[in-house]
Amino acid sequence: MSYTRPGFRHPESQKNRLGLTRKAYEGSISTLCAGCGHDSIVSAIITTVFEMSIEPHRIVKLSGIGCSSKTPAYFLNRAHGFNSVHGRMPSVATGANMANRDLIYLGVSGDGDTASIGMGQFAHVVRRNLNMIYICMNNGCYGLTKGQDSATADKGSQTRKGDPVALESIDLCEMAIQLGAGFVARGFSGDKKQLVPMLKAAIAHKGLAFVDVISPCVTFNNAPTSTKSYSWVREHMEVTNTFDFIPLRQEITTEYDHGTTIPVILHDGSIINLCKREDKEVITSRKEAINALEQAKGNRQILTGILYVNPASNDFHDINNTVKTPLNELGEADLCPGNTALQAFNESLR
Amino acid sequence: MNKIKRTNDFVVRFANVNGSGSASANNLFAKVVYRLGVPVSPKNVFPSNIQGLPTWYEVRVNDHGYIGRRGGADFIVAVNGQTLREDYQMVEPGGYFLYDSTRPLPDSFVRDDITVIDIPLTQLCNDAFSDNRLRQLMKNIIYIGSLAYLLDIGLEPMVDSVQRQFAKKPKLADPNVKAIEIGYHYARDHHPDSCALSIRPSERVGRQILIDGNSAAALGALYAGATVAGWYPITPSTSVIEAFERYASRYRREPETGNKKYAVVQAEDELAAIGIAIGGGWNGARSFTATSGPGISLMAEFLGLAYFAEIPVVLIDVQRSGPSTGMPTRTQQSDLLACAYASHGDTRNVLLLPADPTECFTMTADAFDLADRLQTPVIVMSDLDLGMNDHLCDPLEWQDERRYDRGKVLRGVDLDRLKKWGRYLDIDRDGICYRTLPGAHPEKGAYVTRGTSHNEYAAYTEESAAYERGMKRLLNKWETARCLVPLPERTIRDEQGRIGVIYYGSSTPATCEAIDQLEASGVRLNSMRIKAFPFRKEVFDFIDRHESVFIVEQNRDAQMRILLAGECQVAPGKLVPVINFNGLPITARMITNQIHTTLLACGQACLADRSPSPEKRS
Ligand SMILES: Cc1ncc(C[n+]2csc(CCOP(=O)(O)OP(=O)(O)O)c2C)c(N)n1
Ligand code: SF4
Repeated sequence: MSYTRPGFRHPESQKNRLGLTRKAYEGSISTLCAGCGHDSIVSAIITTVFEMSIEPHRIVKLSGIGCSSKTPAYFLNRAHGFNSVHGRMPSVATGANMANRDLIYLGVSGDGDTASIGMGQFAHVVRRNLNMIYICMNNGCYGLTKGQDSATADKGSQTRKGDPVALESIDLCEMAIQLGAGFVARGFSGDKKQLVPMLKAAIAHKGLAFVDVISPCVTFNNAPTSTKSYSWVREHMEVTNTFDFIPLRQEITTEYDHGTTIPVILHDGSIINLCKREDKEVITSRKEAINALEQAKGNRQILTGILYVNPASNDFHDINNTVKTPLNELGEADLCPGNTALQAFNESLR
Repeated sequence: MNKIKRTNDFVVRFANVNGSGSASANNLFAKVVYRLGVPVSPKNVFPSNIQGLPTWYEVRVNDHGYIGRRGGADFIVAVNGQTLREDYQMVEPGGYFLYDSTRPLPDSFVRDDITVIDIPLTQLCNDAFSDNRLRQLMKNIIYIGSLAYLLDIGLEPMVDSVQRQFAKKPKLADPNVKAIEIGYHYARDHHPDSCALSIRPSERVGRQILIDGNSAAALGALYAGATVAGWYPITPSTSVIEAFERYASRYRREPETGNKKYAVVQAEDELAAIGIAIGGGWNGARSFTATSGPGISLMAEFLGLAYFAEIPVVLIDVQRSGPSTGMPTRTQQSDLLACAYASHGDTRNVLLLPADPTECFTMTADAFDLADRLQTPVIVMSDLDLGMNDHLCDPLEWQDERRYDRGKVLRGVDLDRLKKWGRYLDIDRDGICYRTLPGAHPEKGAYVTRGTSHNEYAAYTEESAAYERGMKRLLNKWETARCLVPLPERTIRDEQGRIGVIYYGSSTPATCEAIDQLEASGVRLNSMRIKAFPFRKEVFDFIDRHESVFIVEQNRDAQMRILLAGECQVAPGKLVPVINFNGLPITARMITNQIHTTLLACGQACLADRSPSPEKRS
């Protein structure tokens, strides 16, 4: 836990397109354990939105309960946040999104929050294809309640108590793909270089973008034998694709070398420029994506990168045919049919 | 035999099989009585299954306008073999028993105090219709036709109603009209003078409408500007959201595009349903959900969050019989305590207690204003009887000049002007703070909403003093709520009277009738109908001025009595429970009997000097 953050910022510090410095994207001081993977993800989130020049207040950050779910307090002070109840962030995000479709919804959750108590809500927010970024800070254990195993701990990997995990683990990425998510990626908190463009692409995607980030819990689950530890992940990380994200605003001039690189154009025109490994297949196939994940698992590897994208996905409001104006901006004239209609209604009952 | 001979004052009960298509036929009967201007009160008594089990439909006709359940049945239409004997026994002495005589009554059915009216419904149907489904459905219409004759309604009003009902489907109108005529003519030819009950056109209904509470509540939400709804199906609340969607689809689509100015999500469960409503409310849309007891249990954690983090949200609880799954299709008022204090810790929720569909409409609409004003959950406490049965009530009205009270919301321009803002600062000293909405301002007004303890600036804190300040402010807000919720309705029949009666919600019509019955027998009670929790000061005063107060309600544990005793600091002995928890709507008879019995038991010292006991009088 870092108790102080220097208030001083270099006057020349880099500004983004909006003229804002990184400071405008920061939050309050983290109270997580020093070295916690979650803090690195926070930093990646800050870099992402800063570099994308998103107005901080246009973001809504939501979470459940857990160390991971505390993190929205540590980024984007100018954005509204909602720290809800354990496992139930997705429903709050749904309601908030229904009320105002114009903002960017960023949900943060833990693996306990998502894969156990909130499994139902996770599955259904994916199914609804809510336009949001859903980040699971996955440490394979419950941090805040002191290290119990979570449902994403890999079978056979060592738990805090030293016993091998007896039960099958839940692979949230595989689940998300099966549930119909239009964007699924897996990152590692220790690899910001990969994480930042991944988050950028997730933000540019319309519909639900699920990003599972392996995020070691240094206090309860960082033994080298744990598949969610820094050392294990570093040794076994297998990158499915390297990529860069080219935002819509930027003039898109990149040349693609068709043998090795494929562009995936997102709904807003942004491009994920993927440099795929030779043996990896297209990421627009659900089947291929699941195969790749399973294969890596068979080799005791963790596959990271953007695993699946459906650039044509329709979000909740498209499916629902909601008006373009945010519902929370409609007033009496739009909403209330008036007394004349009511009297006609009374009459229809007679 | 002394036949019951009455005009515009009796109870007809239909015994059917669930899923046999009887509902619309029975409903047609009630509608015709209504259209003749005679007050009518239909009630469904149905099982928790879809097909095959017994179901009843009880129609009370009463020109005085007593539309609570009376108890007993003067005329029974028995078309369910499974319950034939039970139905036969149930007819009041002097009453009437109409049955399908295609199969004659067994010899063991012997009562010489009732009139049996045999009509071969199946036979008549089979003769008249060749299609199997029609044969099944028209059996019900034939007995309605017979009633048209037996109760002196006449053919015309019936046929007229059928034609109105099927105005858009004339193909269906024909067999229905035919069936009405078959039933009518058979009764006329075979039972010309058998029945001494009759219906005469009346003026009593006036402008009143016949509507169920759930539809009315849905309209209330629509008129109040609700745009976000999350829900999960549960009897008896399902039709609230279904009706909301229907009305919203009719009234709330953009003309050019057909796009919706509302969004409804059928969630994966009640946890999500209330989460959605809370997310919407937090983000500045009027949001709600509807559920029943088991849903309330699941929603409790989230309700506590909304109370503590101060988020407006409306919940319509259509109560049914508990505990647990209880009797899912039977009525009760047994979620009162669960809702008042829903969630762990010191939580209190505002409750509104509608007594008829008109109030389901107005109170649901008001609930949105109150929730926004108070930034807290507001629960409209309906129940199965109120929600799913049609009730005669005042027409729905909306004041076009009414503006939504969105409460203390600071917009971008307001924030521009403010130097300092704290989400939980009690600037106005009414316990209600100013909130901001996401995206309102680039630099100011953002904060993290949380269920953990927070200070005036919404920052997380475990500092005892800050926590206590917050909790006390919430109590202060509760006192503000007390002044904003609807006043109780008080009737003083006896200035010196020492006995009062308190009632609420759907127990209202039966209680009013019981009070009249008691008055006729010399027992004069002052009365008060409670419309909301927190209790207004007037409730405390009413209890104070009486020596004893009867509390009428529909649950086993007298939950309103517990709530009153706790909140008003009354000696519990002063509050006397009058209860019914059998799952059917409370009747005037039940109330009158319980009050009489209690008064007799306590020697009714307070009444003896003024009126003879009903026992002595009769
Ligand atoms: C209804 C409910 N049950 C249990 C808890 C206790 N609880 C708090 S955090 C947590 C687990 C968090 O684990 P995870 O989501 O993996 O987040 P991490 O702390 O590891 O980041 C639990 C069980 C709670 N807050 N609410
Ligand atoms: S307990 Fe683990 S997850 Fe929680 S803050 Fe510490 S390191 Fe991070």
